[in-house]
Amino acid sequence: MLAHAIIFYFFSFVVIASSVMVISSKNTVHAVFFLILDFVSVACLFIMLGAEFLGMITLIVYVGAVAVLFLFVVMMININFSELKTGFLDYLPFGMLIGVVIFIELVMMISAWKYKAEFIVTKKIAKPLVSNTESLGMIIYTDYILFFQISGLILLVAMIGAIVLTFRRKDSLRRQDITTQVSRERDESVELRDVPNFKGVKIND
Amino acid sequence: MENLNLIYPEIFLSLLTIGLLMLGVFKKNSFNLIIRFSSIGLLLLIPVVYINNDISNELFSQNYLVDSFSIFMKILILGSSAIALFFTNEYIKNSSINQFEYPILVLTSILGMFVMVSSNNLMGLYLGIELQSLSLYVLASLNRDSIKSTEAGVKYFVLGALSSGLLLYGCSLIYGFTGSTNYYIIAKSFDANNLALLFGLVFILVGLAFKISAVPFHMWTPDVYEGSPTSVTAFFALAPKVAGMAAIIRILYVPFGNIVIEWQTILIFISVASMILGAVAAIGQSNIKRLMAYSGISHMGYALAGLVTGTKDGVASTILYVLIYVVMSIGSFVCILVMKRKNIYLENIRDLSGLSKNHPLVALSFVVILFSLAGIPPLAGFFAKFYIFMAVVKVEFYTLAVIGLVTSVISAFYYLRIIKIIYFDPSQEKFDPISSNGIKFSLAFSTLIILFYFLNPSIFTFFTNIATAAIK
Repeated sequence: MLAHAIIFYFFSFVVIASSVMVISSKNTVHAVFFLILDFVSVACLFIMLGAEFLGMITLIVYVGAVAVLFLFVVMMININFSELKTGFLDYLPFGMLIGVVIFIELVMMISAWKYKAEFIVTKKIAKPLVSNTESLGMIIYTDYILFFQISGLILLVAMIGAIVLTFRRKDSLRRQDITTQVSRERDESVELRDVPNFKGVKIND
Repeated sequence: MENLNLIYPEIFLSLLTIGLLMLGVFKKNSFNLIIRFSSIGLLLLIPVVYINNDISNELFSQNYLVDSFSIFMKILILGSSAIALFFTNEYIKNSSINQFEYPILVLTSILGMFVMVSSNNLMGLYLGIELQSLSLYVLASLNRDSIKSTEAGVKYFVLGALSSGLLLYGCSLIYGFTGSTNYYIIAKSFDANNLALLFGLVFILVGLAFKISAVPFHMWTPDVYEGSPTSVTAFFALAPKVAGMAAIIRILYVPFGNIVIEWQTILIFISVASMILGAVAAIGQSNIKRLMAYSGISHMGYALAGLVTGTKDGVASTILYVLIYVVMSIGSFVCILVMKRKNIYLENIRDLSGLSKNHPLVALSFVVILFSLAGIPPLAGFFAKFYIFMAVVKVEFYTLAVIGLVTSVISAFYYLRIIKIIYFDPSQEKFDPISSNGIKFSLAFSTLIILFYFLNPSIFTFFTNIATAAIK
């Protein structure tokens, strides 16, 4: 039990420390690396809770796809992020105030839950004998099929939106058209001319 | 699955969307074709939705409801969206935002609204809201070359994402403390003494209040209304408000139905604040789209006042209010689209002067609509407010009723100012003639309903009572 507690506190500390570093580090590439560290530690916490599916998904989606994509974007575009942070100190007291208020509210809420013995109605998320992934698989295509399909549609809309807002058809661009390429005849492209001596040919293009 | 027929509307809508998307991708310049198909599709959907009207059913292990309430709201959403597509058609073409994705995004947002209205599960509610708002974010910034439109889209997206985050936080708290996301189970295991559950309730209310632009979560509304293309603004003012209100009604009266006392005060505050801010802030506006935004905020305040009561009468009056608000909004946005000189669409209120000389009939209809928005008898807007105040007085919230009356008098000022500009200000250049049938038809439709509502109000109350019967 002690080992469990030590590991838990270790990962929790890493989560909090790295998320603080994400917003405070000057170099944006470092910030993204801290973000990745944050996600990995959160995934570890999930696995410790017994939610191994959620942990793996966090690793695959957030670390594997989102964060690495972030890293690419940050490396490729050259924005001076330190300039964006200039107002940081001015807003700090106000932000801290809001943070403290929300923190106090959360503490109140959690203590209310902690000291009420009769409250607990939570159910187990999954049956103990069945693994997380298996129990998810049992309901996701039955009870939740509609919501599953709707999430698919949300992704479709995101794709349509991204294309609508960024894609511009430029007429100046030369595009490959395979039919015209293949159907080109020899006569259209090659021409035989007699070249007079010492005069050359005028090429019209 | 023997009762799959109950979600035929949703299936039909998704297939229509995907089919039209394919058509748009492979056929060039197919905007006209696609907007026609989608309008016809929306109109065809109304009977498909209506077929299931005599049964109340729970699908997907009680996570999705098809009852008279959801059917009423879906028909209202479909009808208003079809009309909105119909009368904005010309504007879309003239302002060169006629990409084929426009109607497709409208269709997907309607599908999202369907899920919002019917869902009996917090997850479904969230997914519906996301599907709806994601499409709306894109629609708001569809005019890429205009800075204002881009700003509107970004602003709406950032604030919308924040409010979705708050909503999700609330959902997760409620899930954590009740053990389910299903509304019925939440209703059973909700313990009002538990602070965390109330926390969750508040966060969910915040997220939903943002979607219907109620004060203090209204900040985005004027900017987004002003920046988006007018056709999109008209759509914003219609269907999403209906869907948001339906989601609020369901979530307040089904999972949180037995703790009315807990959310009543929050709702009273939101309602009063919306009424006051909507009335006061609209006075200084010079842009008519911003004015409509504030007007919409105050109308949402009145609609919420009906929900404060916690009674069936209150819900029925709110549903009726939303219905009449939609009819009035259609009319006022049609009039905004008439404001066109030399092929340029105008948005300043002063530009309305001379409307009475060029288009006397439009001017007259606009006056009727504005009087109705101000709540002057015997127009429909008066009855809408009347039923709300009746319901409020019945449960003895006299202060709320008095504040509502006072703010409706204040808001009458800016509606009357528009009428003064239309009729008494020196006229400017001629307005362009109206060529679109959609504009003529929609204006006539809206004005006639507003004018002759008082002849037989029982038709509308009959339908709203059927819709209300499904709640509780």
